[in-house]
Amino acid sequence: MTAMTAEQAWQVLARVADPEIPVISVTELGIVRDVRTDGAAVEVVVTPTYSGCPATELIEASIAAALREAGARDVRIRTQLAPAWTTDWIAPEALEKLRRYGIAPPAAARDGEQPLAFVPRIACPLCGSRDTERLSQFGATACKALYRCRDCREPFEYFKPL
Amino acid sequence: MTMTMTTTTAAASAAHLEYVLRLADSALVLGQRLAEWCGHGPVIEEDIALTNTALDLIGQARLLLTHAGTLEGRGRDEDALAFLRHEHEYRNLTICELPNVDFGRTILRNFLFAAFQAPLWEALASSRDGELAAIAGKSAKETRYHLRHAADWTVRLGDGTDESHARMQRALDDLWPYTAEFFAPDAVDDEVAAAGIGPAWSTLAPAWERAVLPVLQEATLTVPARTPFLSHGRQGRHSEHLGHLLAVMQHLQRAYPGAKW
Repeated sequence: MTAMTAEQAWQVLARVADPEIPVISVTELGIVRDVRTDGAAVEVVVTPTYSGCPATELIEASIAAALREAGARDVRIRTQLAPAWTTDWIAPEALEKLRRYGIAPPAAARDGEQPLAFVPRIACPLCGSRDTERLSQFGATACKALYRCRDCREPFEYFKPL
Repeated sequence: MTMTMTTTTAAASAAHLEYVLRLADSALVLGQRLAEWCGHGPVIEEDIALTNTALDLIGQARLLLTHAGTLEGRGRDEDALAFLRHEHEYRNLTICELPNVDFGRTILRNFLFAAFQAPLWEALASSRDGELAAIAGKSAKETRYHLRHAADWTVRLGDGTDESHARMQRALDDLWPYTAEFFAPDAVDDEVAAAGIGPAWSTLAPAWERAVLPVLQEATLTVPARTPFLSHGRQGRHSEHLGHLLAVMQHLQRAYPGAKW
């Protein structure tokens, strides 16, 4: 068995898709915080998106499976909570992939106080119009809100800044 | 790991463990209550919103219970603590175990509780217990969305139709007395605050009122006067409702001990 370098491990992880949004990888999502290798052993440090995200365990299993398939013998996944994941860690090129997939990419996350009634204008990922309205604070997953475009009338999801 | 406790010399104090269990159990019990809405929401968007909130709370509870198990040092994991403790061993705020009754009351409780969790997480983010600080930093972001969602609906329903206003006012009259427990002075709180692990909850009252009162006013709801009533879920003395909730939640582990899936 040949040793795996950290670079090779990163390349493997760049092909592991997010189970909910398969157009972006776990590395583009920004949840892989560190990779350490020692011979055929690989340790991957992962930061969960939401505490209650049901995809977390599936993502960890996919990461381990992909690395094993690539030749890693001993795969360890370590969960790291701090610093907490933010949508600002999503790779710039992935934002465009999200938009093409029909999900409006998140605005920059501003930590700290936000006025309760602040509802930002989100551009429709399909027609680009900013005449949109929020239908619900929560979409199909906790990380997304549900919007509708008043111009093309299509509903769409918005990846909420976190 | 993220464990950077400065007080690792001795086992965690009993008060420290108690404090973390209060946080964990409040999140878990409210998460379980909100999960009852799954498939029963008034519209699909709100069905999804309430169950997403439930998932966040249960996620927070899992992290906190795992941490509590570590602090306790007796080998109990999150599942043992969630499924194999009896009613009097639960340390959640009483308000979290009260029945949902209707959508408006569910929303109002979420609002009152999220407005409490928000400043609590913020203060805990600088806890001397590194793991607790990490959980708080993560949870604070989620709670901000819960608070915004519940505040929006509180205004819509409070300042809505005669029927929705009347129901919201009744819900506020019923729930308000239970919020006294949030801020009641308490020996566990004092010990934990002195050790730099977390704030005494009584100190969060001004921040909570700053978040809650303007929204209730906008919702045209009348804030009830404070009464001497005080609930004691934090000390393990619960209403009759928790036992029924746990019977449902713990059924599988009680019927099939050690079952895994």
